[in-house]
Amino acid sequence: MVEGLIGRKVGMTQVFDGDGAVMPCTVLQAGPCVVVQKREKTRDGYEAVQLGLVEPVKVKKTTKALQGHFAKANLPPTRRLREFRLLPGAEAPAVGDKVAVTLFKPKDHVDIIGTSKGKGFQGVMKRHHFRGGAASHGSMFHRAPGSIGSSAFPSRTFPGMRMAGRMGGDRVTVKNLEVLRIDEENNLLVVRGAVPGATGAYLTIRKSRAPIKVKQPPQRPAAPAKGAKTAAKVAAKGAAKK
Amino acid sequence: MDYIKLIEQKELKSEPPEFRVGDSVKVHVKVSEGDKDRIQVFSGMVIAMKGGGAGSTFTVRKISDGIGVERIFPLHSPVVGKVEVVRRGRVRRAKLYYLRARKGKAARVEEKTQS
Repeated sequence: MVEGLIGRKVGMTQVFDGDGAVMPCTVLQAGPCVVVQKREKTRDGYEAVQLGLVEPVKVKKTTKALQGHFAKANLPPTRRLREFRLLPGAEAPAVGDKVAVTLFKPKDHVDIIGTSKGKGFQGVMKRHHFRGGAASHGSMFHRAPGSIGSSAFPSRTFPGMRMAGRMGGDRVTVKNLEVLRIDEENNLLVVRGAVPGATGAYLTIRKSRAPIKVKQPPQRPAAPAKGAKTAAKVAAKGAAKK
Repeated sequence: MDYIKLIEQKELKSEPPEFRVGDSVKVHVKVSEGDKDRIQVFSGMVIAMKGGGAGSTFTVRKISDGIGVERIFPLHSPVVGKVEVVRRGRVRRAKLYYLRARKGKAARVEEKTQS
């Protein structure tokens, strides 16, 4: 099977876990998707599958090129197409096969890729978390970036200097979000935590690739049993005497 | 279809405890210590009810050893069990935050009589 699918953000709410703890969560509409094209090792050099999110789209609205692409697969056009790798050792699905939320189970971990909300032209404090200056006490330096380099040498500002500018609207990957609930009937997926983008944004949802790091408490060598040290000493002494 | 509501619906209690702002209540809270569960009662006056859906909460205020103590409970939390209404209060606003500034006799709420 494939490792993920295309979805949309529905919005955020909260759910209770078994102990009554409140967990903030995001509701996603995940799929259903159809396999539109296959990438094969012999032809493309790698194995993957191109999925389309099943949504009603007018045939007239799609370009001629895409119409041809969908005609080849004998499928109605979809608005979004995205490529997905196959799960390790998994059989590639056939063109026209459906991929649904059933791909995931509660307690699974998923990575979610989306485009963050655009923030427009933002100053250096919001965009890069600069500290800024004091607000009062006669300070005349508030939200300015400060120095952007030295003087006669090097006589220029280095590339990559963090400055004000367009913020947001970037591709963002959020890794290892826990799946809390699944609603097969409505193709809903509830994940713990926040997800990039506005409500209605298109997202790529895939099974987490990185293993989840569980913080282990620092291991301490087991304390030797009481009297073990003296016993060892006595034994050593005895051995020396012999 | 509002999918958010659909998800929240499963979180809500089918019969949420009935009480109003101004009521004196006894909230039965499940406390788990180790592997044992026990019920703790928090009694005081409901001074606020907030939000809707799965995130709705209510605030209970009591005076404990002369110190005002407030606890905010999620209405639909499985930890919050029974909410007993001890006394119904007659109040004219939704949030009784003014009680925080009052002490003793001034911090009373009239009992609700037949309306």
